[in-house]
Amino acid sequence: MSAPYLIGEGMTGGYGAADILHSCTLSVEKGEIAVIVGPNGAGKSTAMKAVFGMLPLREGEVRLGNEVINSLTPQERVRAGMGFVPQTGNVFTSLTVRENLEMGAFIREDDFSETMDLVFELFPILAEKAAQPAGELSGGQRQQVAVGRALMTKPSVLMLDEPTAGVSPIVMDELFDKILEVAATGIAILMVEQNAKQALNIADKGFVMVQGRNRFTDTGEALLADPEVRRSFLGG
Amino acid sequence: MTDTLNALVLFANFVFVPGLAYGSQLALGALGVTLIYAVLRFSNFAHGDLMAFGAMGTILFTWVLQGAGITAGPLPTALLALPVGILGAVILSLIFDRTVYRFYRAQRAPPVVFVIASVGVMFMINGIVRLVIGVGDIRFADGGRFIIRAREFREMTGLAEGLALRSTQLITVVVALVVMVALFYFLNRSRMGKAMRAYSDNEDLALLSGINPDRVVLYTWIIAAALATIAGTLYGLDKSFKPFTYFQLLLPIFAAAIVGGIGNPFGAIAGGYLIAFSEVTVTYLYRKFFTYLIPGWEPEGLLQLLSTEYKFAVSFVILVVVLLIRPTGLFRGKTI
Ligand SMILES: Nc1ncnc2c1ncn2[C@@H]1O[C@H](COP(=O)(O)OP(=O)(O)OP(=O)(O)O)[C@@H](O)[C@H]1O
Ligand SMILES: [Mg+2]
Repeated sequence: MSAPYLIGEGMTGGYGAADILHSCTLSVEKGEIAVIVGPNGAGKSTAMKAVFGMLPLREGEVRLGNEVINSLTPQERVRAGMGFVPQTGNVFTSLTVRENLEMGAFIREDDFSETMDLVFELFPILAEKAAQPAGELSGGQRQQVAVGRALMTKPSVLMLDEPTAGVSPIVMDELFDKILEVAATGIAILMVEQNAKQALNIADKGFVMVQGRNRFTDTGEALLADPEVRRSFLGG
Repeated sequence: MTDTLNALVLFANFVFVPGLAYGSQLALGALGVTLIYAVLRFSNFAHGDLMAFGAMGTILFTWVLQGAGITAGPLPTALLALPVGILGAVILSLIFDRTVYRFYRAQRAPPVVFVIASVGVMFMINGIVRLVIGVGDIRFADGGRFIIRAREFREMTGLAEGLALRSTQLITVVVALVVMVALFYFLNRSRMGKAMRAYSDNEDLALLSGINPDRVVLYTWIIAAALATIAGTLYGLDKSFKPFTYFQLLLPIFAAAIVGGIGNPFGAIAGGYLIAFSEVTVTYLYRKFFTYLIPGWEPEGLLQLLSTEYKFAVSFVILVVVLLIRPTGLFRGKTI
């Protein structure tokens, strides 16, 4: 088996003196969906930040397409083809939906109107609300803006931290469908999810994190079938 | 009927026209303050003296032009010299950014540290201006003095009261309008303007989108210095240039920015006119005005609400009242 497209391997580090992550490993292939689940405070967001270069690592390596990218700043990682939707503050609230997408494409020098059309096709509601400030949208619509913004660079990897936080079950299903669509275009998707069952259902690979460590790693299907995982992390 | 017209003309001449010009100057100053606040997240106390520095550069180059026999005909030569004044203020701002503010940005210092640093910068700019051009009053307006003279107006209309319109007043309002439109166009239409708004809205996400913070800071200083120079020059043309007055202008300018909602450009403009008109209306002598409106009434005093020496108190009172009722300012502040 060849090396995964994106991998954070044996990541150890934290915000200050104390480590939050302990030799944590996450990976994803192109066209695949990898899902990270785990209790609150497990370090899921921290692990995402580590992969994106927003957290200093004491140990471990992040590789993108076999290149070690530890020394790249987050901005440089964006240019290298990575997109990130953080858990909080993931839209420009005072900018219109269209401006949010334009800012997503900020590093692009070419004509990005085609990509914007694709985003509008994926999320038709955004086309409708294009001229409205993102801060005036509903939670679910905002998450669509956030994902759309990250797609504007035409990334090869999309990292989503709880894209369905605070949205209704129906909208959540819709969002998961969209994420499947995005993955089908060949983009690698690494996402953190609180709705573990539904997320593992669409996942090719799943990581269960506890206290900054990998607890279980398997295919989504296998994790869903594992009685111990079900009991401890999926509510039975 | 004639009496009412006379009263209106009197009011326009002494309140409306001067208020409009002064309001435009305050609005331009407040726009600079609000822009720095929105992007760099601190209240720049050096802005008043930056206005003085920019105006000084304009005046010095005006003298050079006049010495070479170049004037702008009916318009003040200072308008030709304005780009040089702006360039000087931009360079000075960038020097202080490199030597002072960048250090604190790298440390992610709290806003209060920036504010105190800006007070230091204020004293330095203040010193430079006084050393270079002196502390005295300088009048540098040339070209046509009046668009309409009071006497001409009286002859034209047959009214007892005259309405004078000085060319500097009209220039102030026109230039301010052009600058405001250009600024809004830049912020809402250009790539860099939108990037500035994005950075002001959510710094972390702006970084994640690949927006270069150094570029944003650079543009912010360029625009703020240009606004300061234009405001300072217009004020100097309209009244006169005296370094100390620019330091005093800091209060009404900040009041305008805060009352409007600091960080919000619309607010800065609205705040500028609000403060200016309030100052002018409460310090105006209403005696003659009411003599026209209420025939047969001979008021005892001058009917002035507040003596001119207290005009700065007006800014303060409005500031306190607005902050009590609506702490975010009239237009919600914080981001551009
Ligand atoms: N900016 C920060 N500075 C210091 N410590 C932090 C910071 N952010 C998170 N932490 C700490 O790191 C630990 C892991 O937090 P993290 O946000 O990664 O958890 P999470 O798994 O994403 O949780 P949730 O499901 O609630 O989002 C927590 O103990 C938290 O207190
Ligand atoms: Mg989290």
